[in-house]
Formats: sequence, C-alpha cells, structure tokens
Amino acid sequence: MDDVSKVYGEGATKVHALTEIDLSVDAGALVAVMGASGSGKSTLLTIAGSLEEPTSGKVLVGGSRLSRLSRNERARLRRRSIGFVFQDYNLLAGLSAVENVALPLELDGVPAKRAQSAAMTTLEELGLADRAAHFPDELSGGERQRVSIARAVVGERHLLLADEPSGALDSANGEAVMRLILAACHRGVAAIVVTHDAQLASWADRVVFLRDGRVVDQTMPPSRPESLLMPAPNQ
Amino acid sequence: MSVRHALLALLSEGPKYGLQLREEFEGRTGEVWPLNVGQVYTTLQRLERDGLVESDESNDDGPQKGFRITAEGEEELADWLRTPPDLSAPPRDELVIKILVALHLPGVDVHEVVQVHRRYMVELMQQWTRLKEDEGHLDLGFALVVDAELFRLDSVIRWLDAADGRIKRATVEPLRPVAPTRPMPSVKRRSGVRR
Repeated sequence: MDDVSKVYGEGATKVHALTEIDLSVDAGALVAVMGASGSGKSTLLTIAGSLEEPTSGKVLVGGSRLSRLSRNERARLRRRSIGFVFQDYNLLAGLSAVENVALPLELDGVPAKRAQSAAMTTLEELGLADRAAHFPDELSGGERQRVSIARAVVGERHLLLADEPSGALDSANGEAVMRLILAACHRGVAAIVVTHDAQLASWADRVVFLRDGRVVDQTMPPSRPESLLMPAPNQ
Repeated sequence: MSVRHALLALLSEGPKYGLQLREEFEGRTGEVWPLNVGQVYTTLQRLERDGLVESDESNDDGPQKGFRITAEGEEELADWLRTPPDLSAPPRDELVIKILVALHLPGVDVHEVVQVHRRYMVELMQQWTRLKEDEGHLDLGFALVVDAELFRLDSVIRWLDAADGRIKRATVEPLRPVAPTRPMPSVKRRSGVRR
C-alpha cells in the first residue's frame, strides 16, 4: 500500500477511514495490524484484498497494481492469489469441510475432482483430514476456523488476509490458528492479521499500530528471545 | 518467587543433594529463574533450622550432603500451595503512575506516552511468543511460564488500551455544549403555552 487513503461520505458526514497508509508485506512475512475498534483495521484489510477501492493511493498485490486491473482480472486475483479469514469463519453451511475448501478452486475453473483432491491435501496438512466430510455445524469453533484457514491457503495463494481470526476462540484455539497462519508464511505466503488482541499480534514479525486511520507506530524487529532469560540485575 | 517452598516441593519427591536441587529447580521453571548455589544452601540451612528439612548426619557440608523433607515440611508445603498470594492491595504500579503523571503535564501527549509503552509491551510479547514457536520441543514447565508472562503483559496492554479510550472520551466530552443558557427557546415555549 502506497499512500492509501479512504474517505467515506461527503461534506458534514465525511469520515476519513484511512489516511496516507504506507504498508508493505514481503512474501513469507506475517504482519499484524493492531488498533482499537474504529481505527480503520478492517477497511485496511478490505482494500488490501481488493474488496474495496481506496479514495487515493496505490495498492499492489504481487506486483500488480489493482487500479490498473479490470473488474474480471481483480476477481481472478482474489480467487487465485488472496485468501481471506474472517472472525465468523464464513463457511457455507450446506457444504462439507472439504467442499468448502475446494470451492475457491472450483470457482476458478479447476475441475471438481482435482479441486477436491487439493482441498483434501490442505486439510491433511492442517490436521483436519478426519473432519473433511463433516458439515460446519458438526465442527467445533476451533475446527471451523481451521477449515476456513484451509480454504484461505488452498491452491497457490500468495496473500492471506485475516480479520480477528481468533474471534471468540479460547486461547489454545487462538494459538492453533496463529500457528497455521505462521506455517503458511513459512511456505512463502505473505499474511496480514488485523486484531486488537496482543497475544495474536505477538506471533507476527512486525506489528503496525493504527489510530484514527493512521499508522502511528510499529515494532522493531524482535531481538533475540534468549535475552529474556538473563537474570535481571536487581534479582 | 518462593525458593524456600520450591525446594520443599522438590524434596517431597525424595531425598536430594544441594546441587541436584539447583539443577531440578532451574529445569522445572524452564530455566527462566536462575538460582545460584549459595542461595540454595542458605535456604536449606534455614529450612533445617526451622525443622522443615533434615540433612545427612555426615559432617560433609559439601555438594554430597543429602537433604530430606520432614513431616512439618510436608505440612508447610501443603499450606503454602493453597495460600493465595497477597493481591488484595493494589501495587504502586510504575506504569499507572507514569500515565497519571503524563495526563497532567503540560505539553505532553498522553496518547503518545501510552503508545510508547504499548509498543514496548508488544515487542516483549513477540520475544516470549518466539520462545514457544517450536512446539515440538516445548517443555511443559517452560510453556506454562511463557504463557504466564504473555498473559501478564497482555493484561498491561489491555489496561493501556482501556486507558487510551477513556482519556480520549474524557477529553472529547467536555467540549460538548452545556445546557443552553440563552433565554430564547424557553420564551417561545412559554408564549406557546399561553396560546
């Protein structure tokens, strides 16, 4: 994102949702965006995922400038390269876990059989092979979110965008979700996680702080964790 | 951190030597709290003085001297496990004091001060989280200590977030217009009533 701003409404009802955002995420990196509700976190994510257009500024995904792509090209980019994870999972209730995961591939024209087999491989990698035939309402909250992560990383996705991915999950499931996102990054996926939860954000390589639509701060690259285990001087 | 009770706990598993106690203490706490050998022996001497442990009869005061827990020691350990730590009085938290001071200092943006501390806490949490990244080799005791530290830092950040929001609301609200003092509306209403 290069100098991205987003304004909603006009005149007296004008809201500056995002102002002059510069943010880049390398392949293989996990960036967390922290901020209070209303700070612009979700808007940032929908613009990064080409679900919404910025009022000004440039957005590039894998080198393609979104505003230069046609509507169809953008839709294809979303299907092929970008995976979304939402707080409330957004799985289709009438489809089994493996069908949910195969869906983005099938929508992209991959033959059903091949899509299902790719979906199955992804579910296996995420330790969900035995849940593949279950419908969302037969899965626990943690399992549903893992299925939605499988759907977000299936195929050749390069960018993973997650909005409060641990939502209402307990800390063990929240940790499991972050481990999966991190594993995707280790395979070369670039990920952005927006959250107000510091425990989730602390899995990231870099944490960016958003306030009133502006980036106000970010963490330095983490120093060696071993330094934590040195005795404090006053003990 | 009660070294005294940690040593009693280790001895409740069976008699041990001083050096062995130090190694096991560090191992169980994930080596987060290093202990020097002098501290181990001073503590053992006090425990022995209080009748909570006994040592071998030998005159050897060196590393080969063995210790075992007494019945009183077992009782003391059971009591300690179930005695809640004293959290009743709020501690004089340095961070809280800094924010309170920043609130009233002219020329200081309290939100900026909050953010400096928030970022530092998140950076610390990133380091702790990195320690548990390699799940396969995670020692249970160590994982529990790391989680405790993450929850503690998380609660500090949550307080900072809440403080940030509360200060923002408090500085916005006084700007709202107070009850109108101009007589015009009430005059109009009165004339309406008369009619």
